[in-house]
Amino acid sequence: MATAIELSGITKRFPGVVANDQVNLTVEEGEIHAICGENGAGKSTLMKILYGMQQADSGTMKVHGREVRFVSPTEAIAAGIGMVHQHFMLADQLTVLENVILGAEPTKALGRIDFEAAREHLREVGQAYGLTIDPNDLIEELEVGERQRVEIIKVLYRGAKILILDEPTAVLVPQEVEELFRNMRGLKEDGATILFIDHKLDEVLAIADTITVLRDGKTVATVKPNEVTAHDLAELMVGSELPTPETTESTVTDQVALDVESVTVLDEDERVLVDDVTFRIRRGEVVGIAGVEGNGQAELVDAILGTRPVHRGSIKLMGEDVTLLPVRARRERGIGYIPQDRHREGLLLTAPLWENAALGHQTQEPFVNGIFIDRAGSKERTEHIRKEFDVRTPNVDVHAHALSGGNQQKLIVGREMTADPIVLLAAHPTRGIDVGAQAEVWDDIKLARSKGMATLLISADLDELIGLSDTIVVMLRGGLVATLDPAKLSPRELGAYMTGAKEGAA
Amino acid sequence: MSLSRRILLALAAPVVALVVALAMSSVVLVLSGSNPLEAFADMIGHASRLETMVDILNRATPIYIAGVAVAIGFRMNLFNIGVEGQYLLAALVAAHVGALVDLPGPLRIVFILVVAMAVGAAYSGFAGVLKVTRGISEVISTIMLNAIAITGLIAFLIREWQAGGAIQGGVGRVGTTPIPDSGLIPNMNPVLEFFTREIRQGKQLTGVLVVAILVGIVYHLLVNRTRFGFDLRASGINPFAAQVGGVPAKRMVVSAMVLSGAVAGLVGMTEINQVGFFPANPIKGLGFTGIAAALLGRNHPAGIILAALIFSFLDISSGVLQFTGAASREIVVIMQGVIILAAVVAYEVASRARERQEAKSAAEALGDVKPSEEAA
Repeated sequence: MATAIELSGITKRFPGVVANDQVNLTVEEGEIHAICGENGAGKSTLMKILYGMQQADSGTMKVHGREVRFVSPTEAIAAGIGMVHQHFMLADQLTVLENVILGAEPTKALGRIDFEAAREHLREVGQAYGLTIDPNDLIEELEVGERQRVEIIKVLYRGAKILILDEPTAVLVPQEVEELFRNMRGLKEDGATILFIDHKLDEVLAIADTITVLRDGKTVATVKPNEVTAHDLAELMVGSELPTPETTESTVTDQVALDVESVTVLDEDERVLVDDVTFRIRRGEVVGIAGVEGNGQAELVDAILGTRPVHRGSIKLMGEDVTLLPVRARRERGIGYIPQDRHREGLLLTAPLWENAALGHQTQEPFVNGIFIDRAGSKERTEHIRKEFDVRTPNVDVHAHALSGGNQQKLIVGREMTADPIVLLAAHPTRGIDVGAQAEVWDDIKLARSKGMATLLISADLDELIGLSDTIVVMLRGGLVATLDPAKLSPRELGAYMTGAKEGAA
Repeated sequence: MSLSRRILLALAAPVVALVVALAMSSVVLVLSGSNPLEAFADMIGHASRLETMVDILNRATPIYIAGVAVAIGFRMNLFNIGVEGQYLLAALVAAHVGALVDLPGPLRIVFILVVAMAVGAAYSGFAGVLKVTRGISEVISTIMLNAIAITGLIAFLIREWQAGGAIQGGVGRVGTTPIPDSGLIPNMNPVLEFFTREIRQGKQLTGVLVVAILVGIVYHLLVNRTRFGFDLRASGINPFAAQVGGVPAKRMVVSAMVLSGAVAGLVGMTEINQVGFFPANPIKGLGFTGIAAALLGRNHPAGIILAALIFSFLDISSGVLQFTGAASREIVVIMQGVIILAAVVAYEVASRARERQEAKSAAEALGDVKPSEEAA
């Protein structure tokens, strides 16, 4: 078999980190090659270099045996490489066909787009690779899995023979993952080479022909799936024994901290987002909410935090009705928040760390002194957070964007924890951070829980959810459909509840 | 990053913008058959006279205040284009009411300033309320409100309030009832003369300069030091993060517009105090120059001072070109335009450089970059 891609000695430095350190990678033609590694191991950077979005500081790249150096994706595309990004780059208001040809429109006289030729070409591509989708559908009407297929078709339409898929399964529900894998096998049979990034190990073992593991920017191993177990792979990725989220003993008290009673949330069009949800969290208790993303969890958190109005029902914090209070009043009464998207809701990227540490707590000690911000007090507290929560930064005056994702997350967790919240709303607290930082965040939550903090945990990581929670409730289409005991629950069972395959209390 | 390096980066951008503007204006001058060196020499020569400097300071004062008014909005991504209408309307109402009430001197001065701020705040706050209750972009509403104020309200009110249609103030200009001298902010000639020489040609350095300096200091403290300022900046940097951080988004929009308008109300005070009433043909365009000053000065209280001085210098010193005939004075308009364009581009480049620098220094401090790789 011929070699499709050969990377040797690729090194790429970024501010703050060496993303790729002498990375070697060989991909044979017609294989499915998985790149595994923790977040921050350098997988995405390596793919971006291969796709011409970034340039390596040193090292050589060969495609089909020919040495290349891409300065833009256009050149990579010309060399037959296509990439499907984790976040789709599609125009919602356009049709599938329009999206596919966007930027590569065939034209006829007077610069008019030749839709007929495009449609024909799209049909050929779809047939050659066994991918079907109606070219006239609007993107906004498509499911996530279908949108991903459009992205793949878009790449194939441009003549790509080597496909890079960046964490393709991250956005998919299990059934869609199977569909994707079927498509990937089909593509392989039709002669395509696929490179894909993933860190869900069972998936990698199920689909890949070869697996390359990256750690700290270095290639640590290239293995065949039949030679290793998921556990072996995980240890290769982490480089040590695996941490677990499991909590030891119950610290649940009988004092109710958060009392959510028949809460219903509607959107602008009066559609039900959260449907008559009732639950209580006692001090020292972690209640985990399980559910496929988009089933109302985020809206429920918004309602408790106060950024989204509650249509019916009430929210009580330590017995006090806070349903109508603004966000600030709720936060002052002890609601902490770890947002699921730290860049969107958690940080002021172009402000110094000490200002970020004050965000959300700027009306409270030690950040404020009368009407003035207490700069000295804020910086001191930030130094404290930096030490206690191991935020790696040269000082607290650098802007938040200079920090790596894990350190940003630790800053946010530190900020919320040092404020001693009565109730912590933690939405995907370990999403996108490496295993080391993940274990630290778990420890922080466990410690605060033992001191009486009530936690509402939302996570897509089922092991995390089962390991940390004292009680798990399952959310489906806006309502709570099951209350489960994590001690008697496997991820597989939980998954069944989440998709609605199983119902009721366990 | 070291402090000196930071300052260097901060200054590099506006300096580059100025150099580019000079170069481009030179090209335009050459193309139009003038000698750029001669024109610039005339302008600088003119500006180095004490009397011209007084003119420049007198013009820089309202530009600075307008710049701060715009900057308050900019700090939270609000674009108050309405400073123009706000200051003209505020000055008209304040001059009229200030002349009618019977108050002892200093109280009348304060009263006029307060009325001006209140009118500016109300007019601008209206745009803020429209934004939070009806979702109307403040850009659109303030442009509309400018038109209503300038071609509607002011044109109407100035007729209503014109002091008997007579020539007022002995300077051959028509306007509202004159304010008694005791109700005007005294000029600062004695202060300036103490340092230099006697100011001739009847030029008077405006006392509103002190107000402008106070505005600058309060602006700095309010935005950079108070909790309100923190909320304001946080909303500007990331409205979503600010909101979950407890910042009441709607109230902040209205507050920022009200504050911006209150400061805008002070822009016209220079002219009122100089002329003694609101003239039928007041100096216009200061609100728009303020936008340029806020852009060039990067919303920084000191930066806007420099920007206001530059725009004022260009405004005032261009007058001399008409007399010397070295060039058309319209070249100054071109220069002002080019400065702003060049500044916007240069700032973007500088801010990227700063980001890279900072991230790199963060990396170096952590020892992540190994020397061996540096060599490779």
